[in-house]
Amino acid sequence: MKGKVWKYGDHVNTDVIIPGRYLDDYDVKNMARHAMEDLDPRFAKDVAYGDIIVAGRNFGCGSSREQAPLALKHAGVGAVVASSFARIFYRNAINIGLPVVEFNAADMFENGDVALINLEKGVLINETNGRTGKFVPLPDFLLEILREGGLVAHSAKRFR
Amino acid sequence: MAAMTFAQKVLSKASGKEVHPGDVVSANIDLAMSHENAALVLRSFKEIGAKEVWDPEKIVLLFDHRVPANTTKAAEGHQSVRKFVRAEGLPNFYDLREGICHQVLPEKGHVLPGMLIVGTDSHTTTYGALGAFSTGIGATEMAAVWATGELWMKVPSTFRFNLTGKLEDPVAAKDVILHLIGEMGADGCDYRCAEFIGPVVDAMSVSGRMTMCNMSMEMGAKAGVTFPDERTRDYLKGRTSRQWEPLLSDMDAEVEKEFDMDLTGLSPQVAYPHSVDNVKPVEEMAGVPVDQAVIGSCTNGRAEDLLAAERILHGRRIPDSVRLIVVPASREVYLWAADSGTLSSLVRSGAIVTNPGCGPCLGAHQGLLAPGERCIATTNRNFRGRMGSPESEVYLASPATVAASALKGQIADPREVL
Repeated sequence: MKGKVWKYGDHVNTDVIIPGRYLDDYDVKNMARHAMEDLDPRFAKDVAYGDIIVAGRNFGCGSSREQAPLALKHAGVGAVVASSFARIFYRNAINIGLPVVEFNAADMFENGDVALINLEKGVLINETNGRTGKFVPLPDFLLEILREGGLVAHSAKRFR
Repeated sequence: MAAMTFAQKVLSKASGKEVHPGDVVSANIDLAMSHENAALVLRSFKEIGAKEVWDPEKIVLLFDHRVPANTTKAAEGHQSVRKFVRAEGLPNFYDLREGICHQVLPEKGHVLPGMLIVGTDSHTTTYGALGAFSTGIGATEMAAVWATGELWMKVPSTFRFNLTGKLEDPVAAKDVILHLIGEMGADGCDYRCAEFIGPVVDAMSVSGRMTMCNMSMEMGAKAGVTFPDERTRDYLKGRTSRQWEPLLSDMDAEVEKEFDMDLTGLSPQVAYPHSVDNVKPVEEMAGVPVDQAVIGSCTNGRAEDLLAAERILHGRRIPDSVRLIVVPASREVYLWAADSGTLSSLVRSGAIVTNPGCGPCLGAHQGLLAPGERCIATTNRNFRGRMGSPESEVYLASPATVAASALKGQIADPREVL
């Protein structure tokens, strides 16, 4: 996968990814419209399909709201790369089919660079400046959930 | 058998084999809780295609985040869950009158020591105060739990906090956990099970232990736990008829880190905007003016918390420039506050008392902030925009500190007001 980089800092929390005032609405299109609103009002307007978020420590800390990864995914985000993730966000992202990469890539990218990720091989490339990084790929059973588009599709196999 | 931590013991029992930190296991869930976001869970549940839930007795549903419904969409969400509850015949459903999930589940006897509990709310760690292993999960994986009763989990390693010394009145559990979060950082306990032991914890009420375990997740803990004792036994008496056995860590089990902290002399603590680990003693920032003060939430909305505030406010009146909002955590707490006169005393001091629920904590309703406004609250998060405008500020503190600050119209040290 390949996309333009949106760079953020440490501790990007679920309240800025999707503020509590919008949580009464379960329509993913409406969630996407408010993604990252309180941190970066340009994001939801300008993000393109496949874009990649590169952030620092503890990405997605705070609430267990699954609307946080859902808002990012439906805004078009292709993957989130962060040096570490808060655990519930990490699980939620995989479960709804948003790839997450635990890797400190802050020094590799500037805002707007083009990133290329190979999840299976654990390779991250900055196409703009040519720098590359290697990360430990997710275990196979999680990659399988991502390939199938999330836990719903994965679990549904059991009941067919 | 080798010595085991609490986390290992619960997850060994739940997965039917001896487990070690780092193992990924499929665990059988003892109790599954959801609030309003059950609407999201049931959407995924229907897509999975399971014919019925795995065990209706083990699912608890209630409404607390937006009660009574604050928007038409919230009302539609409630409606969809009520329909599902009726169709599935789920016996453990509390509609919007009972209060906050993390208060109601223990009160109604759903939580017992040694259980493995998951909830679609990050503060599900609260139930650790009764010796359960309890953690927050997402809506989609909850749908899988409803369908199968199982969930994959990584066995966490353990951070043990040995809290010694003696807290000096009115320093309380909230000050202790804020201090710990400040020391550890917002991700200092990521993925770990946080065990709280020692004389400070022994002397704490179950209510205080709930505050500790509740906010352990604000330093990233997967679960927080205090171990059952006579206070736990007293709390559970009359709430459950089921038998239970305490499940304790072996003290010689291998833990990742041990922290010894002497808390004698600890000041009341305040978390400054916009992160929960931005903690300082109250005396460093006393004098900052506040527009609003909130006492409530799953962190600090219990009888003991209301009482700590009433003790400071009794017979006094807050200035007109401050809005004091009190939100009892549950109907049981609300009734106690009414019957004991605590509620009328708080109202006479100038408080607005709302119905039990999450109230303004998550910025849904009942007291949002305008740009430039400042609020001091007993709640659990002070992220930008948490309680309304992204240009507002939230400060976190204990009920005593919030009451003292409401009285003074500025952040104030409760030791100087008592």
